[in-house]
Order: sequence, then C-alpha cells, then structure tokens
Amino acid sequence: MPNVPLSPPLSSGKHRKTFLERMRGNWDLFLFCLPGMIITLIYHYWPIYGIQIAFRDYKVKLGMFNSEWIGFSNFARFFRSANAWITIRNTLILSVYSLAAGFPIAVILALLLNSFRFKKFRKIIQTVTYAPHFISTVVMCGMLFLFLSVRTGAVNTIIRMLGGEPINFMGKSSLWRHIYVWSGVWQSMGWSSVIYFAALSGVSPEYHEAAIVDGATKFQRTLHIDLPFLVPTMTMLLILDCGSVMSVGFEKAYALQNDLNIGVSEIISTYVYKVGLINRDQAFSTAIGLFNAAVNAVLLITVNAVTRKMGDNSLW
Amino acid sequence: MERRIGRCRSDVIYDTILFILLSLVFLVVAYPLYFVIISSVSDPIAVSNGEVTFYPIGFTLDGYREVFKTNTVVRGFLNSLLYTVCGVSVNLLVTLPTGYALSRKDFALKKFVTFFYMLTMFIGGGMMPTYLIVKQTGLLNSMWALIIPGAMGVYNMIVAKTFFSTNIPLELMEAARLDGCGNTRFFFHIVLPLSGAITAILVLYYGQGHWNSYFSALLYINDREKWPLQLELRNILLLNTNTMTKEFITEEMRKEQARREALANMMKYSLIIISSIPMLIVYPFVQKHFVKGVMIGSVKG
Repeated sequence: MPNVPLSPPLSSGKHRKTFLERMRGNWDLFLFCLPGMIITLIYHYWPIYGIQIAFRDYKVKLGMFNSEWIGFSNFARFFRSANAWITIRNTLILSVYSLAAGFPIAVILALLLNSFRFKKFRKIIQTVTYAPHFISTVVMCGMLFLFLSVRTGAVNTIIRMLGGEPINFMGKSSLWRHIYVWSGVWQSMGWSSVIYFAALSGVSPEYHEAAIVDGATKFQRTLHIDLPFLVPTMTMLLILDCGSVMSVGFEKAYALQNDLNIGVSEIISTYVYKVGLINRDQAFSTAIGLFNAAVNAVLLITVNAVTRKMGDNSLW
Repeated sequence: MERRIGRCRSDVIYDTILFILLSLVFLVVAYPLYFVIISSVSDPIAVSNGEVTFYPIGFTLDGYREVFKTNTVVRGFLNSLLYTVCGVSVNLLVTLPTGYALSRKDFALKKFVTFFYMLTMFIGGGMMPTYLIVKQTGLLNSMWALIIPGAMGVYNMIVAKTFFSTNIPLELMEAARLDGCGNTRFFFHIVLPLSGAITAILVLYYGQGHWNSYFSALLYINDREKWPLQLELRNILLLNTNTMTKEFITEEMRKEQARREALANMMKYSLIIISSIPMLIVYPFVQKHFVKGVMIGSVKG
C-alpha cells in the first residue's frame, strides 16, 4: 500500500474526543444527575461547611458563619468533662462487643447454610432469619421490654417456674450490653449472612469434586475450600465495620436507655443528641460529633493499612 | 441432592450436627416472632401467667380493637404511609436517573459525579450542622424534612448503577440513537420498563428505611399530629414501661398491677403486628430478589 498522507480521521477510535466534544454528545445525562446533586449539595455538603460552628461560640442570632471564633475550647470542654471518657468507653465497648459477636456468627451461618443438604428447609431457614432485619428498632426494643418485663415477661415466667428469682433485666446495668448485643445478633445474623452466602455461590464446584476424589470430608471441604473463599469479602466488611466502630446506632441505644442503665448505655451519639437538641448547646454537640467522625476516619485508614500490609486485601 | 456415594461416616455426623444447629437457629429466630403473634390473640392473663406457649389460649381480638380505638396510632399509621409513599417516590426519582447516567461509559462527567458521591460516604456534617441546615431551609417540622435530606442513598444508587451497566447493553442505546432516540426518551421508554427487578429492590430498601426510622422524626418533627407511627409506637411500647420493681407493695397490689400490665401488653403485641403489616405484605414479593440485590451491590464497578 502506498503511504498516502491522510487528514486525521474524524471518527476513528484512536482520536480522543475532547471534553467538550464528549459533553456535547450527552449533556442531558448531567441533567439526570442534577436533582440528586443539588439535594446532596444542600443537605450533605453545606453541613460539612457548617462543621465550623464546632470552633465557634455559636449564637443563633449571629448565625453559623458569623459567631465568634473560639478555636478548640469546645473540644477542651468535652475532654475535661467526666462524660467524655464514659461515653467514649461505652461506645467502644458496645461496638467492639457487637462486632466480635455478630461478625463470626454471620460467616458461620452462611457456611452452615451453604453445606446444608435439605434445600427446602434451607430456604425456610433463610426466609425466617432474614425477617427480623425488617423489624423496626422501636418494635425490636418493644419486644425486648415485653419479653424481659419483671412481672409479666415470658423470660421471667420461665425463671419463676424453675424456682428462680425474677430478674429486672432492663434495670440492671450489668446486663444491658449483653441484651443490646445479643438482640442485635438475633435481628441481623440472617441478613448479614446474605452477602457471604451470595459469595459462596461463586465457589467453583470443581474444587469440591477434586476434594471429594481426594477423600476430603464435608467438614474439611467447608473449612478448607469455602472459608478461604470468603476471606476477601470478610476483610472488606471488617475494614468497613472498623471504620464505623465509633458510630454505633443511635436509635437502639436511645430506645433502650433508662435512668437505671444510663451509666453503660450513654454512648457518643445519644450524648450528642442530648447536648445539641435538649440542652441546645449546638456548638458543643458538633464538636463531639466531629471528634467522633475523626476517630472513625483514623481507624478506617489504620485498619486498611494494616490489612494491606498483611495480605493483598484492602479497600484501596 | 448429592449422590450418596460421596458420603462417608463423618459426613453423616456432620450433616446431623448441621441439621441440629440450623434447626436451633430456626427455632431461636422463629419462636419469638411466633410468640408475638399468638400472644396478640390470646387472653392477656394467660399470656402473663406463662400458659401460652405453642398456641393461642382464650382467643380474643380485643388487643386489635384497642389499637384501632387509639386515635394517635391510626393517625401515625396514616402519616407513615404518606411519608413512605412520598419518600420512596422521591428516592426513586433521584436514584434511578443518577444510577443510569453513571452506568453510561460515554458520560463525560462520570468521574466527577462518582467522586462527588463517593466523598459523601466518608465525610458528613454530623447531627447538629445537618439539623441547622434543615432548619435554615425551612423544612423543620414538615414531612419534607424526613424525605428530602436523605433522598439519595449512595449505596442504593451504586446498586442501581451496577444493575444498569450489566443489564442495559450500550448497543441498545446506539441502535436507539440511530433511530433518533435521545437519552431522555431512551431512559423513560426503554430503560425503565426493563428495570423491574432493581426498582423492587430499591422500593424495599428505601421503603423499609422510611417506615422504620424514628430518629429523623425525633429530630425534625415537633407537632404530634405529624408524628410517624414509629414515634407513637415509641411512646406506647417504650416510654410507658415501668422497669422498677417496687419492693414495698403487697401481694394483692402486685397481682392488680400485673393484671393491668397484662392488659396493656395485649395491646402492645397487637400493635407490633399491625405496625409490621406493610413489611409483611411487601416481604414475600421482594424476597426472591434479596440475594440478587446483594450480589449486584457487592460487585465492584
């Protein structure tokens, strides 16, 4: 072929279109995104800008951006108060306990379900264990109050039948954490196992066939084929969980709180709510919230760095 | 069913242990739910005496009658229904188009918009600054405070995006474009009719969030007439419970108090059932999409 000079091709794949050219082709796709972006800008990004009230002596009259700048004194006030250490400790214990109880149980449940022989029964178990996930926090806590009531609760009725003394479950601060965590496990184990169960469907049957030929038992196959297959998913979820260690749900802790258990049930988010909305000390409340978010971010980055060092599983 | 040839003795033992363990899990999860159901239709005294175990005793619907006579509950139920329907509509209105736009490889601003949303997953303003902005924009004490700020669930949007990019081939778009069909028309006439599964999943996820949450209403809604059901439930189920044991009362008083508490409990059991009705209706329809939904969400895209 003679080498004839040509003008640059107009529509060849090699020519990279400029940004404007690409924009002209489908500018209306941006309109698709616009409503969501406007809402997010107002209700997510504007509050981020509003975090500065944590560093101000917020006065409603002066507004969020004109109140007097006072630096870190809101933070200092928090750390000097006795509540700081109590709430931080309660938050940490509660979330680490929840994680330690809930995380392995979800994995184990998925593994068990996956190697279960009776498919019909398996389907029923799955349907039933997913269901509590859809119960609202208020109803969940209401059920706890009903079951654990001193006079009429089913649990105390059983205790009484067995000849024991009825226990005031909701009034004992030593039991509060266990109630919180294990009711949470009850509610979420099915739903948290879905993701692992879904991942297990990706295990190639050839591994199992080969293992059967080599004489591996079912238990060995679960332990040495299925479990390792879940490790990347587990790592990913564990990192994400660690990143939210300090943000234990407000709803449930607040719903289960009463005067008798406040010593263990006051966590940072409930404290932020009370300080900000009930005591109307918005700047102080924001400072505590910001501290909480900062700890979360540091934990997320640290855990991610550690897991990246240990293996090749990490978020980024 | 697997072939029996592959089963040795330890497999049989393993299968038996599995069966026992999973049956236990099944009972532990199912029994409390079943107990709530039978307690709601049983004689309250029998329930509090521990006579009700496997089937209702002294069948009665008084608890339900009591619930329907409580105006605040009925009002809360209707409020929640309204908030959920409006809320989910707004959610879908912002989520589906964004998800579709981001699923298009030829979308010029794809990277920018993705970054814009990814960032929101890592940083946020927190409770108070968000509250102040909601107040400043005049949404305080209106139902829109429960709907607008959380209209875009980023996780759900990613699920939608992944669904579109795996289910709507780019060739389809190109073919439609040759016939003179623009993006907007393509979305409404071709993409939406093909996205039944993803819409079902999103309706469930968002709907559950709206129906079950009480925190945002606690923050933003002051008028009791506007309270959603969950706040009314909180009043009845949680705040009225007396957790103290009074040691000084006589046996007679203890019995009387227990009787009154039993009557109140019957209503609470019925209330729990009634508040879960919408979920119970939707659940069977969407259940089969669960695993699929999670799968879509977990694929990196």
